[in-house]
Amino acid sequence: MTIPTEAPTEAPPESPAETPDSPPDNARGGVGESPQRPDATLKVTGEFAYGSDLWMDDMLWGVTLRSPHPYARIRNIDIGEALATAGVFAVLTHEDVPGNKTFGLEIADQPVLAIDTVRYQGEPVALVAADHPEIARQAAKKIKVDYDVLEPVTDARTALGHSTPDLHGELAEEVTELSREAAHLHPQGNLVRHLKVRVGDPTPSADVVVVGEYHVGMQDQAFLGPEAGLAVPDDVGGVDLYIATQWLHVDQRQICAALNLRPDQVRLSLAGVGGAFGGREDLSMHVHGCLLALHTRKPIKMVYNREESFFGHVHRHPATMRYEHGADRDGTLVYVKAEIYLDGGAYASSTPAVVGNAGTMGLGPYVVPHIHVDCYGVYTNNPPCGAMRGFGSVQAAFAYEAQMDKLAASLGMDPVELRIVNAMAEGSLAPTGQIIDSAAPVVELLERLRAMPLPPALDSSDLRHLPGGVSNTTHGEGVRRGVGYAVAYKNVAFSEGYDDYSTARVRLEVVGGAPQATVHTAAAEVGQGLVTVEQQICRTELGVDTVVVQPKDTQVGSGGSTSASRQTYVTGGAVQAACHKVRERLLALTQDYLHETLHDLRLEGGMVVSDTRGAVASIADVLGAKALEETLEWRHRKTEPIDPEKGQGFAHVQYAFAAHRAVVDVDVELGLVKVVELACTQDVGKAINPDAVVGQIQGGSTQGMGLALMEEIQISEGKIRNPSFTDYLIPTILDTPPMPIEVLEYADPHAPYGLRGVGEAPTISSGPAVMAAIRDACGLELTRVPVRPEHIIDSGDGRGSRGEPKRRQP
Amino acid sequence: MEFLAPTTLADALAAKAEHPDAMPILGGTDVMVELNFDRHRPPVLLDLTRVPELAEWSRDDRRVRLGAGVSYTRVIDELGHVLPGLAMASRTVGSPQIRNRGTVGGNLGAASPAGDSHPPLLAGGAEVELASLAGTRTVPIDEFYAGVKKHVGRPDELITAVYVDVPTGPQQFSKIGTRNAMVISVSAFSLALHPDRRRVGTGIGSAAPTPRRAADAETFIAGALDDDGLWESKGALPDALAREFGERVQTAASPIDDVRGTAAYRLHSLAVMARRTLAWAWSDYQGGTNA
Repeated sequence: MTIPTEAPTEAPPESPAETPDSPPDNARGGVGESPQRPDATLKVTGEFAYGSDLWMDDMLWGVTLRSPHPYARIRNIDIGEALATAGVFAVLTHEDVPGNKTFGLEIADQPVLAIDTVRYQGEPVALVAADHPEIARQAAKKIKVDYDVLEPVTDARTALGHSTPDLHGELAEEVTELSREAAHLHPQGNLVRHLKVRVGDPTPSADVVVVGEYHVGMQDQAFLGPEAGLAVPDDVGGVDLYIATQWLHVDQRQICAALNLRPDQVRLSLAGVGGAFGGREDLSMHVHGCLLALHTRKPIKMVYNREESFFGHVHRHPATMRYEHGADRDGTLVYVKAEIYLDGGAYASSTPAVVGNAGTMGLGPYVVPHIHVDCYGVYTNNPPCGAMRGFGSVQAAFAYEAQMDKLAASLGMDPVELRIVNAMAEGSLAPTGQIIDSAAPVVELLERLRAMPLPPALDSSDLRHLPGGVSNTTHGEGVRRGVGYAVAYKNVAFSEGYDDYSTARVRLEVVGGAPQATVHTAAAEVGQGLVTVEQQICRTELGVDTVVVQPKDTQVGSGGSTSASRQTYVTGGAVQAACHKVRERLLALTQDYLHETLHDLRLEGGMVVSDTRGAVASIADVLGAKALEETLEWRHRKTEPIDPEKGQGFAHVQYAFAAHRAVVDVDVELGLVKVVELACTQDVGKAINPDAVVGQIQGGSTQGMGLALMEEIQISEGKIRNPSFTDYLIPTILDTPPMPIEVLEYADPHAPYGLRGVGEAPTISSGPAVMAAIRDACGLELTRVPVRPEHIIDSGDGRGSRGEPKRRQP
Repeated sequence: MEFLAPTTLADALAAKAEHPDAMPILGGTDVMVELNFDRHRPPVLLDLTRVPELAEWSRDDRRVRLGAGVSYTRVIDELGHVLPGLAMASRTVGSPQIRNRGTVGGNLGAASPAGDSHPPLLAGGAEVELASLAGTRTVPIDEFYAGVKKHVGRPDELITAVYVDVPTGPQQFSKIGTRNAMVISVSAFSLALHPDRRRVGTGIGSAAPTPRRAADAETFIAGALDDDGLWESKGALPDALAREFGERVQTAASPIDDVRGTAAYRLHSLAVMARRTLAWAWSDYQGGTNA
């Protein structure tokens, strides 16, 4: 199957032709081109070593004993029989954790190994190391844990003692869950964060008001490479950890704390990462592997199988959201009230930051004069939730875009027109009070989408074009087409005053007679192509062809997280800045070499080139035996925390905007959906690597579509019902439609090369567009994602009702 | 765990007689998953992939003898025109890789209510061949399933083949999944017209503890077609008939709510699939296209 895409469009005429930092567009495989990835051949031929391929001949295998209960007190742990098993070298519990017994990205609330309580199904309780993985697994089953099983807290609203309001905002009877002592999951209570945005009139009124309540299920990152690592002890009490992760240095910090070791004693190297999407931002087997390695003095390999992986990383927060939109008769938004509950599960992970995004960007890329948002992140006994591509913005977009369609229907307006009337633009005020100070082409994204030709009408001659595919459920009967639009935005990089930086070391020297650059960062390559971007920047800035990317490790300073669409921006910025310092030194050397002062020099094709005199020297000759090396930390412009009462402040660095148009065929009798086409427009500021940009848009669009249609970790009483790829479904190629893509390049003057983060924005708007298209086809409200066949056929359970959704039962 | 890999059928039967608790394995698309999840720890694995007799199929005028080791891919490629119902179901099994490994014999051995090959075997008419050192017997397909993932084969027996009737009329298969490929069925339905016997065969999947026929619906529709002389006239199928057929198919099922779907949706979808597949098959019978 081919996926037609359009090459990124040329920069629109309005966009500045060059930013101050614009490089000479001449290096081969430089910025703006799409050179082959350095790891491409190995990955395509299956020879790339992923974390799960790590091996040492004398290694032992570590396994994790996990809690079968979502919530229980631990009365006793008896490791005797397990430890006595032949082939077992160590059995460890929380008592063996020498340092801090809890860890966490933002709040250290999660036990390395359960202490006296387990708060989610799958929580690690004990570790076993043995000389064979099967022996380790069988030994783990011999650990006797005496549990006092407790009733789990599974609903985010009632976990806070909030009762469920009806559609008119009236509260039902008192919720008594918190009267149970055990319902208080953490000493500080069940609230992780409550974010408030208050703008304008607290009691606004409007001509037209629409209200809706929406629910988003728990999505999994579903990366294909499971959690894996190899911990190798040194002879002096330290450890080297090879690990598939998203952020080496935040791992290192947490491991050091747990092991009570210094950073120089805990050295991390990035193992091959088979996808991440947020799910590797938290620790998995990191501390466990190191503990076992230090205890046994042998290398320890740990790799989760697929089932364990579902328990071994955080997921996307499920959300329950109540929205009220008020508008004038002409469609102009007057106010939005939103109440968002994000279920963070048992431990905080990155819930505070997810709340920050959902709360501050939860109204979509629209201008809203009067705002009242309450966004809550909550502890429950459900699986812990944290980072996943789109990070809080995904959940809110399903609600606010459904509301925009609902408002358009109430007004009798075209849904795209309503969005255009209310669209943010450069100079608009965001809900945080920030002025949007670079391009915000929401109107153009929508207009370009609308102008794209629609796909041809249903061709029922080929089953593969029909809902159900070769499963042969329809030959055209019951099939209705629908079209839906959605637009969204996402903050790029870390917000709310976080000191967000990356470190780059760039070295220029002559190797084999030719100049060669070496770039060393700790920024994790997780499949997205950062290694290629690092090479491209060095080629462009230093005029060399050969760029060696050093393995990612903690021998260089932090690269920050591979998340928040930030690496090309922040690590790219660091590499560019380091290149600039190297270039300055090289040009100074050139002056010495030429014994004259020239002010119009640049580096190109291995030469130092003067604008007026052409090539004046080769880089190799200028360098000779010298090596120029620069290491620096680079920061994007500072943000600030928002105030706790009104949510105002310069919270976000940059925004990325994307829009989708989905065309679907729905078998309204069976509730089956075929996405016919998923068109996307996105502003990327500058496409550093146009092929990679399109790849990110295709992947992000598909992941967002997956959440709309099928991707859900189903939870019942705190337990995961479908921890497998048999029953946790992600779209296959036969579910993935053609994706016409138009890439805009409106430079952000604050960012390196004018670029905008790319990876997350398309994940946010694609799902809401698919939902809008399904609603258009079947005429139902559809307030829950993933939508299920039984909702589309209107089974009367409220999720697929026509008109106002039925009242949820508390 | 012991691993036995006989290279003749005689050796395989001897091995099964000696190790009645041995778990036979062909493509491994079920067995290996179960092992991987540690759901079963059979003391012996009996690998049948090296037994040439199992990898063959043959046919006469009346039926096809399909060896237990014939893959879904081969059913599609080699028997697609002979056994259309089974081939349609085979196309919905997993991915190309799984269809290359998985077998109808393995599907019968697992006897899962969600197995894709069961409904067309039930609808089209089939007999399962069970062999042991004591001899060979055949069991009609609708007497083969004995409970959730259970069949009537004895511990000393192996499933060696399935005899599938060569169709005398159109066949259809329809399966609900929540994505458009590589999905275990939420519900499935197969239908076969047997104009020679003036019968209609049915098979229901994923909507009861075992795959099963909708006997009452079969009787109803065969009678109605007879009463209206439609077998001879090949006249239009009244919509009301198709609807009632769908409703009767629905009542034959006893589905549960599970992670893949609700019982209510399974019932609803069965009625729709039964109605639609009957209409398509009837259209074929009339000689038109089944659009």
